Amino acid sequence: MVNATSPPNNWDSYPDSNGRFGDYGGRYVAETLMPLVLDLDQAYAAAKADPAFHAELGGYMTHYVGRPSPLYFAERLTQYFGGARIYFKRDELNHTGAHKINNCMGQILLAMRMGKTRIIAETGAGQHGVATATVCARFGLPCVVYMGATDVERQKPNVFRMNLLGAEVRPVTSGAGTLKDAMNEAMRDWVTNVEDTYYLIGTAAGPHPYPAMVRDFQSVIGIEARAQMLEMEGRLPDAVVACIGGGSNAIGLFHPFLADESVRLIGVEAAGHGIPTGAHAASLTGGRPGVLHGNKTYLLQDDDGQIIDAHSISAGLDYPGIGPEHAFLHDVGRATYVSSTDEEALDAFRLCAELEGIIPALEPAHAVARVGEIARELGPDGIVLMNMCGRGDKDIFTVAEHLGRRL
Amino acid sequence: MTKARIDARFTALKAQNRAAFIAYIMAGDPDLEQSFEILSGLPAAGADLIELGFPFSDPMAEGVPIQKAALRSLAARTTLHKTLDLVRRFRTGDQATPIILMGYLNPLMTYGFEAFATDAAEAGVDGCIIVDCPPEEADPLADALDASGVALIRLTAPTTDDARLKVVARRTSGFVYYVSVAGVTGAKSADVGSVAPAVVRVRAATGLPVAVGFGIKTPEGAAAVARVADAAVVGSALVEEIAFALAAHEGVASKVLVKASRLADAVHAARLADSAV
Repeated sequence: MVNATSPPNNWDSYPDSNGRFGDYGGRYVAETLMPLVLDLDQAYAAAKADPAFHAELGGYMTHYVGRPSPLYFAERLTQYFGGARIYFKRDELNHTGAHKINNCMGQILLAMRMGKTRIIAETGAGQHGVATATVCARFGLPCVVYMGATDVERQKPNVFRMNLLGAEVRPVTSGAGTLKDAMNEAMRDWVTNVEDTYYLIGTAAGPHPYPAMVRDFQSVIGIEARAQMLEMEGRLPDAVVACIGGGSNAIGLFHPFLADESVRLIGVEAAGHGIPTGAHAASLTGGRPGVLHGNKTYLLQDDDGQIIDAHSISAGLDYPGIGPEHAFLHDVGRATYVSSTDEEALDAFRLCAELEGIIPALEPAHAVARVGEIARELGPDGIVLMNMCGRGDKDIFTVAEHLGRRL
Repeated sequence: MTKARIDARFTALKAQNRAAFIAYIMAGDPDLEQSFEILSGLPAAGADLIELGFPFSDPMAEGVPIQKAALRSLAARTTLHKTLDLVRRFRTGDQATPIILMGYLNPLMTYGFEAFATDAAEAGVDGCIIVDCPPEEADPLADALDASGVALIRLTAPTTDDARLKVVARRTSGFVYYVSVAGVTGAKSADVGSVAPAVVRVRAATGLPVAVGFGIKTPEGAAAVARVADAAVVGSALVEEIAFALAAHEGVASKVLVKASRLADAVHAARLADSAV
């Protein structure tokens, strides 16, 4: 057992063989899916140990995704806040405009190793859907993307993008029509098409091995950033910051820094209209542990254990749960989790565009919104590293609407 | 009582060479009062056991009919506590018909496994089927249910091979639920040709009666399953009657119970027809 006050010293030993990060994670799926989940665990373990798999993945990461992404000193934001030096890890410069492709490339190669011939995925903001549709087009596999009907409406450019890439986007009307409902529907598809279908989950959640596997594929972010920081600054950052919905970009950035005790890890959840209003997506701040979508983790839920619909202006953070490793890092105190409201994210969105010439996605805009105070707290001698996990082209319609402008 | 009620029911049916008809309805669908009316009418309509669903906001293994039933139930503010109240009320009139609660893990986790097991046994619940709690994750719940004498009934599926059947059989009692199709409830139809050998396999591995469900929609389909399995479960086709009755402004309970008795008659006559041929 992990004592809540003394963090473990071997972070790589998580998850255990049952897919547990302390009390969180696991494999809570219907029996029909259980053999498939166990199969996937074995197939991933074999791929992970195979140098040929890594060589193939590395080749595509370099020549197709465009890695490594740059580490960028955000000079004007640094001046504006007047505190620590602010760096962005530029994962929005990846092919398809977000970090999601890192994971999709890894999983599609695994799916093909397993002989699967049909790919399904869920998507919220559409970034994971676009990345999945992209790798499916690249490797010639049919692709079905489940997307909440609400999200289809507010992320039209990404829906069109997926269609251009040959994917079928199926709008999901159950529930609030957002990411959790899309995930339910993808699970239903998977349980119905067990023979040929690979479920390409986009966040570091779901039944084991997904949280560990997605983390591993996304860890390229933190591994690169750590080396780049040592090269540019000659030392590690004091704080590392990322936004959190399910938490895949954050765990990808955090994980390679877990053993660096001097580095503070800060996750930024979506506070929507504000935590006290109940209309938010901050599962760690405003939720409690439970079981959903195959894993035990913090969830937004009522007194009867019914899941509450999340709210965020950012479709990619609009999820009532969080990856189990974040739940664990939260409980043991290795990472701290704060939040930004819709309004704060919108302000940060504009600030970043105006000062740095970078239009961030609304998701990392939540992280930008907290970076200023972290930088001031650290002072001018400090260094803060933030993951710019996606670009904001997809969000210009949402932002325009909030600014009262018609495009 | 509890597990004993399930065992007694299957023993009695076996002596009569009859398969059981298991009716599934959702607690609180369309509201608590009408679902009590349905529940209390089911034994007379021919239900040998009753699976009583309790609602969850994210029923990942359900097709559209039971998803909608859960939404109606939640709209009527049904909770797990109120579901147990419903069972308590049912037990004042019926001591013999086993009741199996069926649903998802999170409401139970919220209730607390020990408190739930104690209250469920006291209310007259005989077993539980928890869809998203595979054997690998079941020990904490199984410990609590064992202590209260409530059966934890396991699901097996077409994807469950012989090696895995041994894992599934561990710590299960009452009966085993064979999910006859890979899919969600109420979508595909069961193929009796593949169900028959699967039932034999599951029965041999577990030594327990095997109930078959997920793909049975009609009296004919139920009868076909009843010839090879120990029980036939019908859920989606029954809760759809609730939707039809609501749409047509007809009496909900009577419509469901008429359908239930047609299915029950088909199940009960299935093996008689066999021996007559």
